[in-house]
Amino acid sequence: MVDLSTTYMGMHLKHPIIASASPLSEQPGNIKRMEDAGASAVVMFSLFEEQIKQEAAALEHFMSVGTESYAEALSYFPSSEEFHAGPDRYLEILYQASQSVDIPIIASLNGITNEGWIEYAKKMEEAGAKGIELNIYYIPGDLNVSGREVEQRYLDITRAVKASVSIPVALKLSAYFSSLGSMAKQFDDAGADGLVLFNRFYQPDFDIETMEVEPSLNLSSRNQIRIRLLWIALLHGRIKASIAASTGVHTHMEVIKYLMAGADAVMTTSALLRNGIGYLTTLFDGLHGWLQERGYESVGQMKGSMSQKNVADPTAFERANYIKILERYKTPYTT
Amino acid sequence: MNRHANQQVVTIDGNEAAAYIAYRVNEICAIYPITPSSTMGELADQWATEGQENIWGHVPLVVEMQSEGGAAGAVHGALQTGALSTTFTASQGLLLMIPNMYKIAGELTPAVWHVAARSLACQGLSIFGDHSDVMAVRSTGFVMLCSSSPQEAHDLALIAQASTLEARLPFIHFFDGFRTSHEINKVTLLAGTEIRAMISDELVHRHRARGLSPDRPVIRGTAQNPDVYFQARETVNSFYANTPHIVQSQMDRFAELTGRRYRLFDYYGHPQPERVLMLMGSGAETVRETVAFLQTQGEAVGLLQVHLFRPFSATHFIEALPPTTKSIAILDRTKEPGAPGEPLYGDVVTTLAEALSEGRLTTHGMPRLIGGRYGLSSKEFTPAMVKAVFDELKKPQPKNHFTIGIDDDVTHTSLDYDANFIIEPDNVVRAMFFGLGADGTVGANKNSIKIIGEETDFYAQGFFVYDSKKSGSQTISHLRFGPEPIRSTYLIQSANFIGCHQFDFLEKSDPLKSAAPGAILLLNSPEGPNDVWDKLPRRVQEVIVEKGLKLYSIDAYKVAREAGMGRRINTIMQTCFFAISGVLPRDEAIKKIKGAIEKTYRNKGPDIVRKNFAAVDRTLSHLWEVEVPKVASSTREIPPPVPATAPEFVRQVTAMMMAGRGDELPVSALPADGTYPTGTTAWEKRNISQFVPVWESEICIQCGNCSLVCPHSVIRSKLFHESQLEAAPAAFRSAPLSGRGFPETRYTLQVYVEDCTGCGLCVEVCPAKSKEQSGMKAINMRLKAPILQDEKRNIDFFQTIPENNRGRIDFGTVRGVQYLQPLFEFSGACAGCGETPYLKLLSQLFGDRLTIANATGCSSIYGGNLPTTPWSANADGRGPAWANSLFEDNAEFGLGFRLSADTHRAMAEKRLLELSPQLGAELVEELLNARQDEESEIQEQRARIDALRPRLEALNTEASKEILTVIEHLVRRSIWIIGGDGWAYDIGYGGLDHVLSLGRNVNILVLDTEVYSNTGGQVSKATPLGAVAKFAAGGKPVGKKDLALQMIAYGNVYVARVAMGANPQQTLLAFREAERYPGTSLILAYSHCIAHGINMQYGMHQQKLAVESGHWPLIRYNPELRTAGKNPFLLDSHRPTIRLKDYAYNEIRYRMLVNANPKEADRLIHLAQQNVELKWRLYEEMATRSGPEFPPVDTH
Repeated sequence: MVDLSTTYMGMHLKHPIIASASPLSEQPGNIKRMEDAGASAVVMFSLFEEQIKQEAAALEHFMSVGTESYAEALSYFPSSEEFHAGPDRYLEILYQASQSVDIPIIASLNGITNEGWIEYAKKMEEAGAKGIELNIYYIPGDLNVSGREVEQRYLDITRAVKASVSIPVALKLSAYFSSLGSMAKQFDDAGADGLVLFNRFYQPDFDIETMEVEPSLNLSSRNQIRIRLLWIALLHGRIKASIAASTGVHTHMEVIKYLMAGADAVMTTSALLRNGIGYLTTLFDGLHGWLQERGYESVGQMKGSMSQKNVADPTAFERANYIKILERYKTPYTT
Repeated sequence: MNRHANQQVVTIDGNEAAAYIAYRVNEICAIYPITPSSTMGELADQWATEGQENIWGHVPLVVEMQSEGGAAGAVHGALQTGALSTTFTASQGLLLMIPNMYKIAGELTPAVWHVAARSLACQGLSIFGDHSDVMAVRSTGFVMLCSSSPQEAHDLALIAQASTLEARLPFIHFFDGFRTSHEINKVTLLAGTEIRAMISDELVHRHRARGLSPDRPVIRGTAQNPDVYFQARETVNSFYANTPHIVQSQMDRFAELTGRRYRLFDYYGHPQPERVLMLMGSGAETVRETVAFLQTQGEAVGLLQVHLFRPFSATHFIEALPPTTKSIAILDRTKEPGAPGEPLYGDVVTTLAEALSEGRLTTHGMPRLIGGRYGLSSKEFTPAMVKAVFDELKKPQPKNHFTIGIDDDVTHTSLDYDANFIIEPDNVVRAMFFGLGADGTVGANKNSIKIIGEETDFYAQGFFVYDSKKSGSQTISHLRFGPEPIRSTYLIQSANFIGCHQFDFLEKSDPLKSAAPGAILLLNSPEGPNDVWDKLPRRVQEVIVEKGLKLYSIDAYKVAREAGMGRRINTIMQTCFFAISGVLPRDEAIKKIKGAIEKTYRNKGPDIVRKNFAAVDRTLSHLWEVEVPKVASSTREIPPPVPATAPEFVRQVTAMMMAGRGDELPVSALPADGTYPTGTTAWEKRNISQFVPVWESEICIQCGNCSLVCPHSVIRSKLFHESQLEAAPAAFRSAPLSGRGFPETRYTLQVYVEDCTGCGLCVEVCPAKSKEQSGMKAINMRLKAPILQDEKRNIDFFQTIPENNRGRIDFGTVRGVQYLQPLFEFSGACAGCGETPYLKLLSQLFGDRLTIANATGCSSIYGGNLPTTPWSANADGRGPAWANSLFEDNAEFGLGFRLSADTHRAMAEKRLLELSPQLGAELVEELLNARQDEESEIQEQRARIDALRPRLEALNTEASKEILTVIEHLVRRSIWIIGGDGWAYDIGYGGLDHVLSLGRNVNILVLDTEVYSNTGGQVSKATPLGAVAKFAAGGKPVGKKDLALQMIAYGNVYVARVAMGANPQQTLLAFREAERYPGTSLILAYSHCIAHGINMQYGMHQQKLAVESGHWPLIRYNPELRTAGKNPFLLDSHRPTIRLKDYAYNEIRYRMLVNANPKEADRLIHLAQQNVELKWRLYEEMATRSGPEFPPVDTH
């Protein structure tokens, strides 16, 4: 029997495959199903501070619009303390799920203000989250904001949340830092317990018929793992924080690649959205079978086996694939 | 102050004060919403939802019925089976309960019903307060107990309940609608122990034991014959005889418990008065205040306040009447035309006459008695009027059967009064706030009242005057704070603080009218402190100088913007009030304001609280005192409310009402029978939106969509020959007509910018987009101010272009319909209303031969609420004739129109045939048999009538004269019965069903908002499964009634379900088919609504989603197809393409449950989805049947 266990942010997991944040976990029953299908941990869908604020503002607006204006209809909705917008629903699902499963549940938070990050992180801890994943999604549309300021913002959030909760905190990052390695180090110093590489933020598309901007997010594809492989391999063993790989996991092959690059855990979303929660079992079986066939004793054995630290020619990661690709581009048939 | 330990003092309105008790001493509330009593039922429902218990530890059941008649029936049934049951109602609602009231009283049943007394609909409907409704039920046998203030409404509600159990007679406990029901005042709440002590469980158990039970069977409700009915009717006498003593003894018990003493007749005033004024209700408070003042002036006057009106206790009355009384004025807040006097007057006269004749009179001889009417429909009743009545009593020949408060220049009933007699005490802070409807001003003021009334020793009173318009409305808050209980039950006459929350109110109304000398004026102004003076109109400057007002200004919108509050300025203005008025120390006030904010918004999210705090914190640094010059310098004059070109009635009467001076109109100015000219909204340029649509002629494809959906008919299109442009103003825009063959024809889309409410529906439906700039359409919202003057000139010119010939317009397309003149325009409906586009379309298609019966509801308010009304006429003077009867009888009312039309048409036919030889057989033949389906055919018929008319006049016989009286019926009259879902699905359903069964040619249009919109969002049988509404706070658990399918079952009814936003072409088709169909037609029109909790700008899009989700399948059932052997059932929309929740969760009415109770929300939306799918399968199956599978249509 291969030992598939791993440690992620100090949490002992029975294997590295984590069901990542997705709309699937919005249904409380699905989290239990994920556990039954073999997930070693679940990252809940994201709590969007902005969305909560918008919903609260919308509720307040629509419940008050037109009121106290016309004598026959001084209000239009029943007034009850129960009608409110807030994180309660999220926290309720989190609480219910944490009561019904044995695997750790990591709450995901997408905030916009300092108050929001801290307030909701605390509530998540109280509701039974075993860890928190901060999904920092920030597009500096203001042309006067420097890269340094953006970086500082990330670090401030990390420190603030770390100071307010006692459970481990991971950061889900984008790859768009001038020096990701340095940032990773700084996150490490700021106390981050894990880095999740990388998120796929919503990039708008254009509808050329309606001439409107449309938000879109397609399911991930397998070739999206490459930039992640690169950075996981580069960071493995060089930072204290755990590393989780996210995006592009469609078969056990990607799981293996990520582990070899040095990921402590591997997260999957699109595969589950595409194939159903039961697909977790397929992934697990695939990983297990592959390791067994090749005589691995544990996941630990392969973890980081192809990281920058362990590859014979580490510079391959730095000048990296770029040159390789260019070289390959020259086919033998061209002169 | 006589305060017992642990007394809880709150600031609540009369409705809450009464409902608080009613809820605690009852087991079952059956209600139906009606203004101004609706709040009582809603509170009961809210408390039940929250699980609050009555004094026996049970949560009362609250049931909303289909009508007040239904509520009375349910209460009667509950009482008959031993439960304690109540209801809350007013006005016509109470009238609908009358049949049950006789029964309940006749059966000696204890119950207390709480009535917020309101006017009855006579020459016009009124939602406001008087005693017409309760006086109409005084013969039912109900005991009538009257309260005059929120505290009394609270106390007497309990005294009534204690008394009814003992007396076994049912009680009407009433108080004045709005003046008491909606006045917020400081109320000492009765403790649970006090309530408990007043209610005898033994009496409750006896009542329960009298309930019907098969264990001890009895029969009630027998039919009795002449031999015994009379005697049996007299069996109840002793109960009526005992009741006054029972009520007084309960009042005495109450006084022992609480220290608050009441008597059946309470006397206040001079110990040896000569002149006494008698009345009941809120006016008594004003009389009491005035009597106290007049006593200080040495006048021997007094007030005899009536609490128990019926049974009228002669003994108690004579005991209460001071023996020194020489004259009494008896005031009734009702009118009983033809009676020798109004009800209270009648009872007093009878009682004193009997006492005189029987030698029981305690006064020295018979006092001089005069009776008068006051305060109808919440007409102000002020100390000046009270004084005028007392003064009248001084005269040797005082006027009897007088009126006070109006100028009756026709029958000269009115007493003169000195409006300058104002006795508002100096130690009372009297603040008036002029706010924009729904801007939060009222809410913030209610918070201020709570702060002062509940957290200080001051007494507080708040009263709010609302608008009759649903968009761009004004609210006026009247707040009083002082060291003594506040009994001024009239609007502030002398304000020492005026908050004007909109700069333009200074021009539109007269906020300074009631300013006391030296008062403070707080103005929300975009101008800085140095510029604001120069921007004021001259008249306003003059008043400020004359009265020596102190002026403060703040740019509250700027502060709100900076604090992230958008346009919510309420807390900012509230902070200013506290800072300037000095009611409380500034720091303490700010702390308390923040406390109130926290309380109000804490469950709306911390962000909203934070923003409000930020607004409060920023306020004071933006508040400036403005130096007031010694003289007025402005050259800006306030324009007259209507132009000089308006018709005389509009200038003389309508304009006065528009300017808020309707109180000054004498009786002679008003029509005697409630008949008013139409089309008056056109004269009221309300200018309520800063943003208006602006047409881009280059981008426009002239489709007509914007014009079609405009709820306020402000977007008009015309075609005209290019030569007409010669006289056009420079800024006038036009475009070549798109389409070939008309090279010299121009097209103009004109926006009536002054009438626009800025809803933006037009922009959303515009399909034409700029190729250069994303987001730019053929119509876009732009700031109005820069274009206003140009557009006014453009509109003036546009109006000179003749309307397009209806005979040449394609009525079958949206593109064509835009050229038809709307005869429904500029209504006061909500911005973006989902109902009015249908009415406008109706007026465009058939307006010049349209008669409308309109059920009470939103459409009767924006359609018929004075001062201005939107139904209008064309250049020939033809247009919709409109009338509202009641809420419940509209289908029957409209049927009556048809019966008249049919009768008169038949009369015309008969006489025409008789006179055919003289009139010309060919003409008569054509007149009687001409097709009148197309507009051109209608025009031809009108031409025939024009030809006929002189021939008839020339004949000059009895028969020809008779024909002339009915000649108009030869043009096919289009009769429409219009109302909302509350009418069609609930209260009027029986009548609607019956009318549909008769097959007469009427067209019924149901503007289905799926909720009672006009009374504020109560659930109806049209409310869909899962939606939250009042009385369905947990989400409606059952599905919407499928009225279409029910009526299709008749087989001969044309039925359509339409949604303009989803398929305007189908809407148009359905309207035209229904109108042409010679039998009965029913159109159910999806109408998005403010009560759905949506951004109204996207209302049409939401309609589309309603259809795409399958919630609102578009159908037509055309019996004529069945006659032709075809399938009459046409499914006009596609199979659902989105899930129900993708539509529903855009609306707060569904979403609010998702947070409050996610599991239940999931369950209900799942059930609703199943319903949609089932219904769709049924519709699909019906759509694929063959014709003979539907019932045959009897076309005979």
